[in-house]
Order: sequence, then structure tokens, then C-alpha cells
Amino acid sequence: MLENYLPVLVLIGIAVAFAVGSVVMSGLIGMKKPSAVKLAPYECGMPLVGSARERFSVKFYIIAMLFILFDIEAVFLYPWAVMFKRLGMFGFVEMGVFIAILLVGFIYVWKKGALEWE
Amino acid sequence: MEAMLFYLVALVSVISAFFVTKCRNPINSALCLVTTFLCLAVFYVMLQAPFMAAIQIMVYAGAIMVLIIFVIMLLNIGSVGKSRYTHGVAGAIVLSFLSFIVAAKFIAGGTVSKAVGDISAEVVQSYGHTELIGKAMFTEFLLPFEIASILLLVAIVGAVILSKRKV
Repeated sequence: MLENYLPVLVLIGIAVAFAVGSVVMSGLIGMKKPSAVKLAPYECGMPLVGSARERFSVKFYIIAMLFILFDIEAVFLYPWAVMFKRLGMFGFVEMGVFIAILLVGFIYVWKKGALEWE
Repeated sequence: MEAMLFYLVALVSVISAFFVTKCRNPINSALCLVTTFLCLAVFYVMLQAPFMAAIQIMVYAGAIMVLIIFVIMLLNIGSVGKSRYTHGVAGAIVLSFLSFIVAAKFIAGGTVSKAVGDISAEVVQSYGHTELIGKAMFTEFLLPFEIASILLLVAIVGAVILSKRKV
């Protein structure tokens, strides 16, 4: 049973090894000539505009919230997809009703302009 | 081998759960919480519930964590919440000790170690975990499943109304 997850374990191992290896190797063989400019925080080489510790707009939050709700909708699709052949037309109509109800919500979100970045 | 993996993952989950409360910076706490969620997903895989593991990663480690981090950013706790919080530590210790005793008693009594009902580990293994959930959800629990869509619809409308209000 657990042997089926060996590729996942290998993938995690490679990811951790690469992350740790990059940091350790650059610390070991990298050149170190620190200066005030080099040690300053940077973003794509642009001069800093201000502190990152600022209050963010609620616009980010609504996107995250809608993401969760439609994410949960997607979760329901997994057991349905696995059972699709065995459920037949009945399951198709069931999921159709489910999606249709959520489609009303999606149209509401769209028409309300909640996806607009005004 | 499996027991060793269990103890390793359990150790990681307990340590990361401890650092969720220990970290001064709320963003670090959130990252520790992701580690705890991932460990729980590994537990679900070990319990032969791969669908639960997938949900744990998709919904909790993915979506819920995004929401938590956005709350931290919205409230900007990063700059104010650095003071040490020692309130109610004694109460927490007593409470967790009591719940540990209760859990140990249940496990020793064997009431939670055995599967109840007609779905045993063999059935799950032969039929498949996701298939069993799908079968139950789309035949026996059809109405709750459709009601869930109404619930999600209400949540969508509520989220839009709350955040789009003009202030």
C-alpha cells in the first residue's frame, strides 16, 4: 500500500536535497564580499518604495475567499469522476444540478464586479 | 518500517505544532502550520485514506493557509503582535494533559482501535477509498451533497456582499 507512494517520497527527498544543497554549497564555495548595498533587501533590483509591513487591501481577501469556495467545489468533483462510469446518467444529472447552483453564484460574482480590480 | 515512518512524521508534526504557538512572527507560525497540515496528510495516506490526504493538501495546506496569511497581511499583525503572550499557559497545560489521559484511556480500552460498521480495512483496500466516498455521496447522501452546493452559494454571495460594501 505505502510502496505506491515511494515516488512521492523520492520527489520530496530530491526537493529537500536541492534546497539544502543550494544554500550549503553557495555558503561553502561562494565568494563573500558583503557591502551595505549587497545586503540590503531588494526586489528585482528596483529601489525600495516603502515597508512591506503594510496593510493590504481587502481586494486580495475576496479573491482568496472565492478561491476557497470554488476549490471546495472542485474537491467534490474527485469522487464523482472516479465513480462516473458506474453512476451513469444519474450521476451526471446530480453533478449538473450541483454545478448549476454554483454557476448562479459565479454569475453573481461576475455581475457584481467582484473579480474587477477597480 | 511503517512504524518508524509514523513516529518520524508524528515527531515533525508535534514539533511544528509547537512552533506554531512559539513563533513570534505570525508568518512563521503560518509556515509551521503548513508543515503540520502536510504531516496530517501523510497520516491520512497511512490510514489508507488517500482522498482525505488530497483534500488535506488542497483545501487546508492550500486554500485555508492562503486565507490565514491574507488575514495576517490584512490586519498587519507583523508589526504589533511581537509581544510575549504568556496568558493561560497553566490552563493549557492542564487541559492538554487531561485530553491526553482521555485519549490514552480510549486507545487502551480498544473502543477506537477497531473499525465499526460493514466497511473494514479490506473493503477499503479492494474497492478503493475515493470510490467508497463517491458511492456513498452520490447515492445514499445525495440530498446533503446538493445542499452543500446551496451552502457554497450562500457563502459566495456573503463574501461578495461583505467585501464589496461601500464604506
